[in-house]
Amino acid sequence: MKILTLTLTLFLLTHSAVAQDAADALRSSMADKNFVTLERIDRDALQELCSKPRTAAIDPEAAASIRQAALESVPEPGNADYLGDWARGEAIASNGRGLQYSDNPDQANGGNCYACHQLDPDELAYGTLGPSLAGYGARGQSPAMLQYTWAKLWNTHAYNVCSHMPRFGAAGILTEQQLRDVMAFLFAPESPVNRNLTP
Amino acid sequence: MASRIRIRAQLKGDECEVKALMRHPMETGLRKDQLGDPIPARFIEEVTVSHNGSTVLAAFWGAAVSANPFLGTRLQGGPVGDTVNVSWRDNLGETGEGETKIR
Amino acid sequence: MRRFSNTILTGLPMLLWALSALADTDGVFDEYRAMFGDENPAIFVIDEGEELWLTAAGPKAVTLENCDLGLGPGVVEGAYAQLPRYFQDAQRVQDLESRLEYCMIHLQGRSAADIHARPYSLRGDLGTEMEALVAWIAEQSRGLPIAPGQAHVQERNAYALGESLFYYRAGPHDFSCATCHGQSGKRIRLQALPDLTGHDGAAEAYSSWPAYRISQGLVRTMGWRMRDCFRQQRMPELIMGSEASVALQTYLAVNAAGAAMAAPGLKR
Repeated sequence: MKILTLTLTLFLLTHSAVAQDAADALRSSMADKNFVTLERIDRDALQELCSKPRTAAIDPEAAASIRQAALESVPEPGNADYLGDWARGEAIASNGRGLQYSDNPDQANGGNCYACHQLDPDELAYGTLGPSLAGYGARGQSPAMLQYTWAKLWNTHAYNVCSHMPRFGAAGILTEQQLRDVMAFLFAPESPVNRNLTP
Repeated sequence: MASRIRIRAQLKGDECEVKALMRHPMETGLRKDQLGDPIPARFIEEVTVSHNGSTVLAAFWGAAVSANPFLGTRLQGGPVGDTVNVSWRDNLGETGEGETKIR
Repeated sequence: MRRFSNTILTGLPMLLWALSALADTDGVFDEYRAMFGDENPAIFVIDEGEELWLTAAGPKAVTLENCDLGLGPGVVEGAYAQLPRYFQDAQRVQDLESRLEYCMIHLQGRSAADIHARPYSLRGDLGTEMEALVAWIAEQSRGLPIAPGQAHVQERNAYALGESLFYYRAGPHDFSCATCHGQSGKRIRLQALPDLTGHDGAAEAYSSWPAYRISQGLVRTMGWRMRDCFRQQRMPELIMGSEASVALQTYLAVNAAGAAMAAPGLKR
């Protein structure tokens, strides 16, 4: 038992030592550039927990607590008005700029949705890191569906802990208005995303 | 001042292989910058390859050629030590030039 | 009946074209690459690199001909394929850029500040000295098996650190290298993403850098590529030849070990 405890302790110490080494290595290997500073090397609890291969297991209790905290932290849009302008949403989905040190910090960030997802089925230049969202509007606009989608965009970990999708709302990447526009791009019957749905 | 062209001319059998790398943005005039203003057209219009002063190749390009054009051509014979020269002129009157000896 | 078969015949090429653009991007881009044949504009940069190796520079007015890249002073053939490795004199694991920096400082008397003032070319530049040297030195390992050092404990530590950094999620987008390169068969927009955690993907990536990047008209190094990945991950600037850069290159090189070097490569 003592040997087991000792082995476990040593394992945890060396494991956390390598993890600490990674942060220290980055701090001595990187430099501030324009508005992007070394602060970005510091991770929050979620990032630390999720710094692992996709196939590696996460402690179920830690996952549950992350999921709950994420879900509870999602603010609802003013007047429960989830849908903005789909044309602006489409522009946000196609725009890959924002928060890189090569970007202009005075310009609005993009969502870069097409990097990972199919959206408008007529748009061929889409990525496959995430599932296809073509025809998303077929799911209908029940309050449950709107709230679920809103929460996924705001903080995906509310439903999928350690997903590689950015926390567009929680991390301040997109504004509330931008997220409403993206919602419209997904849900509006007249949006290109839903062009192939039979009315 | 003429821009530099990197050029290499190698004799292979009875053919001289000429390769030239030009540095030029080849702007079509149709692109817009981040503010939405059109970027002026600026592309190579004429390319000349000469061997010991005589023109052996004349090319007339336009906006369809990509940035930093890489040109390759084969010349008949030409002994080692002869001079090969590549030059370009763009729509704004700017020029570029490069010269090498056949190896 | 006839009209039906005509529709199929006219529809099929369109479908195939659309599918080839959608399914795997390799088909379309392989055709594009085949058009180049053996041509690679990197030939000019390689020539410049060889010239620089033989040119006296720095306050000591010395060439780089006595620089030890791991196989003995002045031995260039095969050296790139065996990097990164531990160097006794520098007391650290080094990649080619940090090793060249070491030789520039100790043999030629140049300053680190000067070398790091312009570590990589900016758009419109003709190329840096470092890029030309890396292009030529990598060419001297063409066809040789990737074999980074792993006998020394620091080399193994570099691998472990590289692996840890590979999965390090940070920044406003929570990205790690694994976000894009941790699984096979995926693409970002239309750019195929090699799985760098496995041999095949790592080999495909590591063997083809440094590379002439057509869209930039410049030779770019493996270190530059990682720096640009971090930029796109919304992280700060990765310093050329730094510990993290070397560790990540070690991780890739070890995963790719055995595959033949094919650099400088040609990329979009």
